[in-house]
Amino acid sequence: MALDKATVAHIATLARIDVPEADQETLARELSNILGWIAQLDEVPTEGVEPMSSVAQMSLPLREDVVTDGDCAERILANAPLQARGFFVVPKVVE
Amino acid sequence: MTALTELSLAAARDGLRRKAFSARELAAAHVKAVEAARPLNAYLAETPERALAMADASDRRIGRGEALPLEGIPLAIKDLFCTEGVATTAGSRILGGFVPPYESTVTANLWRAGAVMLGKVNMDEFAMGSANVTSAYGAVESPWRRRGENRPLVPGGSSGGSAAAVAARAAIAATGTDTGGSIRQPASFCGIVGLKPTYGRCSRWGVVAFASSLDQAGPMTRTVRDAAIMLGAMAGHDPKDSTSAPVPVPDFEPAVERPVKGLRIGIPREYRLDGMPAEIEALWRQGVSWLEAQGATAVEIGLPLTKYALPAYYIIAPAEASSNLARYDGVRFGLRVPCDSIDGMYEQTRAAGFGAEVRRRILIGTYVLSAGYFDAYYLKAQRVRTLIARDFDAAFRSCDAILTPTAPSAAFAIGEKMNDPVAMYLNDVFTVPSSLAGLPAISVPAGLSEDGLPLGLQVIGRAFDEEGMLSVAAALERAAGFAAMPAFLAGSAA
Repeated sequence: MALDKATVAHIATLARIDVPEADQETLARELSNILGWIAQLDEVPTEGVEPMSSVAQMSLPLREDVVTDGDCAERILANAPLQARGFFVVPKVVE
Repeated sequence: MTALTELSLAAARDGLRRKAFSARELAAAHVKAVEAARPLNAYLAETPERALAMADASDRRIGRGEALPLEGIPLAIKDLFCTEGVATTAGSRILGGFVPPYESTVTANLWRAGAVMLGKVNMDEFAMGSANVTSAYGAVESPWRRRGENRPLVPGGSSGGSAAAVAARAAIAATGTDTGGSIRQPASFCGIVGLKPTYGRCSRWGVVAFASSLDQAGPMTRTVRDAAIMLGAMAGHDPKDSTSAPVPVPDFEPAVERPVKGLRIGIPREYRLDGMPAEIEALWRQGVSWLEAQGATAVEIGLPLTKYALPAYYIIAPAEASSNLARYDGVRFGLRVPCDSIDGMYEQTRAAGFGAEVRRRILIGTYVLSAGYFDAYYLKAQRVRTLIARDFDAAFRSCDAILTPTAPSAAFAIGEKMNDPVAMYLNDVFTVPSSLAGLPAISVPAGLSEDGLPLGLQVIGRAFDEEGMLSVAAALERAAGFAAMPAFLAGSAA
């Protein structure tokens, strides 16, 4: 139940958030407290109970497979921190 | 004549149609009030020019006898709703500078109904908080003070800017969003009405996502009738939100006149918490008497899984948040911290862009969804959610609406409860269960605490029975006759 520093570092990597080593101890303690409090759910018998992912009691609606939007590259790029020639620019990914 | 900023939404609507004043006069009075409200830090963006232009358009329609349902009504918009051409931050540094190229469905519906935008209001970062202290743009101050004290209090959260603006008369009404109590708890803290509709009633399209299976937009107003009117304009099926309910939107307003005689009001015994302040318990009992005096019958009901709702919520909501907030990567919008590698850019951008509470919830969510823990945490919480929804189904076989307190306390001071996340989470103990079940719920100001702060009562209705819920809320409002005013009034200063 208690999270250690290494686990915090691991989930921080999964979440793509840089967590400085100096913060890992505090976070491990805070997250462990929260998880310890959450553990009371183990008292509830749930065998055979369907998990609920949504309260909306309906099947996913389907629509015609046609283009309904588009031709707005400029608007899409308007908020990009860095763009060039109609593309989002990111640091080099492939050497 | 009553100051224009004192008018309820219904009174303003009727006055405009009678031509007792113009939409421009109404907007101008509110624009001044918005400026006067700056000490509260409620507004993140003021849009006075847009407000006056929209008001002029309203005056033209009124002149032609074509007034729309919310014609000329000045509103504050929570900064979680994307507004075309107006910066939208979600209270986060990571969305700094983001100007949406589109309008959320709910705000588009409001403008189509003739409403006027005053500006965007502050909130907890990504709607994660119960005190409006996690905003990257500073805490919001409540316009209320404890009797004989000048310590700044929290307005509640996450829709704290909305609640503070409406209570201080710096907007006639505001939009809020509610994931686990973010409309109802701040409404209770600020002495106003806050309505969370049934999940699916209002479109989530264009609302910055926190926990998609829980998020709902709703109105925050000074009267129950105003909430009914505004909900009618916000709601409606939207093909762009796959969870938007394809059900007709009734005219909610007549429901506030509907008598409660003969209704059965459920009183859940599990909501009587150990250590609950006596004044909360007393107000709750008072609420029962008020409804009984109007011919309703109180029935005790059981919601046995109540105590497990909060821990289930604090798995489900962070899990969904960790997934929703993955989109903030420094590539397409918002903040970017430059770095040589793409992973480094993601990690630095997200470290700099998210505040402590958001980071905590993303990490919890990532953990409960990670390999080896998914079944034990996430699926377990979803199963408990099923049981909580079944509890409500069973309870509604013996009652027509449920009455509870909205929050376990009145507002607290800025700085209190800040070091213990779990203590902060307990603010939502009475609001989270109905959120998990997707039910409509409303907070109505019902009384004052010993030190003079507002306290709300919550009415929970059956799914898509906002009308039944509104009739009970209006009955409480009539009996309570809540007329207390906050210490700070932006309207009268204007």
